[in-house]
Amino acid sequence: MTQKTFSAAINEALHEAMQADPTVICYGLGVTDPKAVFNTTYNLEKQFGVERVFDMPTSENAMTGVAIGAALNGIKSVVTHQRIDFFLLAMDQLVNGAAKWHYMFGGQCSVPITIRLIIGRGWGQGPTHSQNLQAWFSHIPGLKVVMPTTPKDAKGMLLASIFDPNPVIFLEHRWLHNTLGEVPDGNFRVLLGKAKIVKAGADITLVAMSYMTVEAIHAANYLEGKGIICEVIDLRTIKPLDWETIMNSVTKTGRVLALDSGFTTGSVAGEVIARVAMEKFSALKSAPQRLAMPDVPEPTSPALTKGFYVRAANIAEKVIEMFGRDTTDVKKDLSEPSPHDVPGEWFKGPF
Amino acid sequence: MVHPINSNSIENSLNLFHQMYRIRMVEEEISRRYPEGKMRCPVHLSTGQESIPAAFSLSIKKNDFVVSTHRGHAHYLAKGGNLNAMIAEIYGKETGCSKGKGGSMHLIDLNVNFMGTSAIVGNSIPVGVGLALSAQLKGTDQISCIFLGDGAVEEGVFYESVNFAAIRKLPVLFICENNLYSVYSPLTVRQPEGRSIAKMVKAIGLETGTCNGDDIYSSQKLMQQSVNKVRSGKGPCFLEFSTYRWREHCGHDFDNNLGYRSEKEFLEWKAKDPLLNLEESLHKAGKDLSKKVDSIKASINSEVIAAFEFAESSKFPNQLEAYHEVYAKEELPK
Repeated sequence: MTQKTFSAAINEALHEAMQADPTVICYGLGVTDPKAVFNTTYNLEKQFGVERVFDMPTSENAMTGVAIGAALNGIKSVVTHQRIDFFLLAMDQLVNGAAKWHYMFGGQCSVPITIRLIIGRGWGQGPTHSQNLQAWFSHIPGLKVVMPTTPKDAKGMLLASIFDPNPVIFLEHRWLHNTLGEVPDGNFRVLLGKAKIVKAGADITLVAMSYMTVEAIHAANYLEGKGIICEVIDLRTIKPLDWETIMNSVTKTGRVLALDSGFTTGSVAGEVIARVAMEKFSALKSAPQRLAMPDVPEPTSPALTKGFYVRAANIAEKVIEMFGRDTTDVKKDLSEPSPHDVPGEWFKGPF
Repeated sequence: MVHPINSNSIENSLNLFHQMYRIRMVEEEISRRYPEGKMRCPVHLSTGQESIPAAFSLSIKKNDFVVSTHRGHAHYLAKGGNLNAMIAEIYGKETGCSKGKGGSMHLIDLNVNFMGTSAIVGNSIPVGVGLALSAQLKGTDQISCIFLGDGAVEEGVFYESVNFAAIRKLPVLFICENNLYSVYSPLTVRQPEGRSIAKMVKAIGLETGTCNGDDIYSSQKLMQQSVNKVRSGKGPCFLEFSTYRWREHCGHDFDNNLGYRSEKEFLEWKAKDPLLNLEESLHKAGKDLSKKVDSIKASINSEVIAAFEFAESSKFPNQLEAYHEVYAKEELPK
C-alpha cells in the first residue's frame, strides 16, 4: 500500500464522501483558495462544483447555524475552520443548537454535521492560534469529538463522522498533517468511539490522543530500552470515550499516565484519571498521573516555548518516576530537538 | 383600525378572525391556568401580537419552512402546528410535540415543516437560512420563514445570517415583530433613536417592507406580496411589523406596575386591538356574519378546552426517558 500524508487522507475522505452522497457539501473560509486548507480541500470545487463546495463569509456562528438548518432538510455539511480558535465565535450554534437539537425536540430530527477544526502548537502560533479545546467539546452532551492520529484513521474516521447522524467535532493537529502512513483506497469507515492499542505492554498504560500519541510512542520506545514496557492507547475518539479499552489495560498494567494536548485543569486526561481512580483503585500499583499543557496561554516567542510542551522526555521521566527509579539520564537521552517548536524540517511557517 | 367588510373580503376576514381569535384564546387560557402551577416551564405569550402570525398563516404553504423564537406559540399555531401537542408539551407530557424535553420554548411540528424554536435570542435565525440553502440546493420552490424580534436584530448572528442570505439569494422571509421591548429594556437604550430596522437591513442588500401590525389587511397584503417575491427567486426579504405584547415578558400576568413601561402606553396599544376591531367590523356587517363569528368563537373555545383536557389527561414521560435520545442512533428516514 502506498504511503500518504494525513492531509492527503483527509482530502481523499472528502472526495469519497462527496462522490458517494450528493447531499454532502463542504464549505469554510479558504476551502477553495490556492492553499486549500493545508491541501485538505484540494480539487474539491473542481470535482463537485460551486454549489457543493464554497468559500464563505467570515461568519463562523451563522455558518454553523446554516449547517444545522440544512441538516434538518437532509444536507450533510462538512464545515472547515483553519484554526479552532476562530470557531469559538460559533459556540452558541454548536452548544445551544447542534448538540441539543435531537434531544430537545424529542428525537425527531438529527443534525448530521461535521466540523473540521485545526489545532496545533509551536511556531509562534501564540495564545489564540494554538489551543487544544477537546475537553470543552467533550463536556457537551450530544456532540461527538474525534481526534485521529494516523492518516488511515484520519480518512476512515472523517468518513465515519460525515455519515454519522450526529454533530461531530473533528480535530486535526497541525503537526500531523504531513505525517505519512498507509491509507486504504475507497470509502471505508473507522468506527467512532473505539480506542486503539497502538503498542501493547504490561507495565504501564499511556493514554494519549492525536499528536500526543506520537510523543507517547517515542517515549515508549525509549522506555523499552530501560526495561519498562508501555501499553500505548490512542483514544481516537474523545466523546464517546472508550472506557472499556482503558479499564482493561489498567487492570492489566496497574499503572496509568494520561496525556493531553490541552490545558491541565479540566482536561480529558483529568477525566481519565478520575474514572480510573474511581473504578480501578484496587488495581493501581502507584498513583495515577497526567501530563498536559500548563494552565497558561501558549506564548509566542520561541524563547518562551522552550521546555513548554509535553514531549517524549517528559513522558519518559514521569513514567520512570512512577517506578521509583532514577531519571537523571532521560533529558540527555531525549533532548529537545532544535528548533523545538516545529513538527519537522518541512515546516517553514507561517501557519 | 376598523375596516368595513365588503362582500369580497368576507371569507378572508373570517379566516383572519379565526386565526387571530384562536391564538388569543390559546394564550389567554395558558395565562388563566398558569398560576395552577401545572405548566412548569417559562411561557412567553403573544397576546396582542396575533395579527402578524394570522396574516402569515394565510400567505404560506404547508411545505414552506418556519423557525421561531422563545415567543413562538403563535407562529407554531399559524403554521398549522398541532394544538394538543403544543399544550401537552407545555405541561411536560409524553404526548407533547417534543415529548416533554423542550417545553414552551422548543416547539416543533414536522408534519407542517415547523422546524423548531429556540430559547436563545437570534439562535434560530441562521438555522432558517440553512433550511433555505437546502431548498435552493434541492431545487424546490419552498421558502424559509424566520420569525424574530427587535432584540434579535442586535445579535451578531443576525447580520451574519442576513448577509449570507443576500450573497446566495436564498429564499428567506425574515419577519421581525418589533414590540419595542427586549424583556424590560426599551428600544431607546438598545438602538439609536430614529434608526429604522428595515432601512438598515435594506442597506445590507435585502428587499424590505414595514407595516403597522395593527392593520391586519395591510399586514396580510405585505406578507402575501413578500412571500410571492421570495418564492419567485428574487432573494431574501425582510419585513418589520410594529406590534405590542400585552402581558409580561415571561409568565402569565400583566406587568405595567413594574414601571419599565406605562399603563397609558399599554392602554393606547390595547385600544388598537386588531382582533377586537375585526370582530366589531364583522358584527356590523350583518346578522349572518355575526352568527358566523359566534360560531367560530364557540368552536375555537371548545377546541382550546379540549386541548387542555388532552394535555392534563396525558401521561408524564417515564423518568428514564431523560437519558435517551442524546445521540441519534442511525440515519433517520427522510
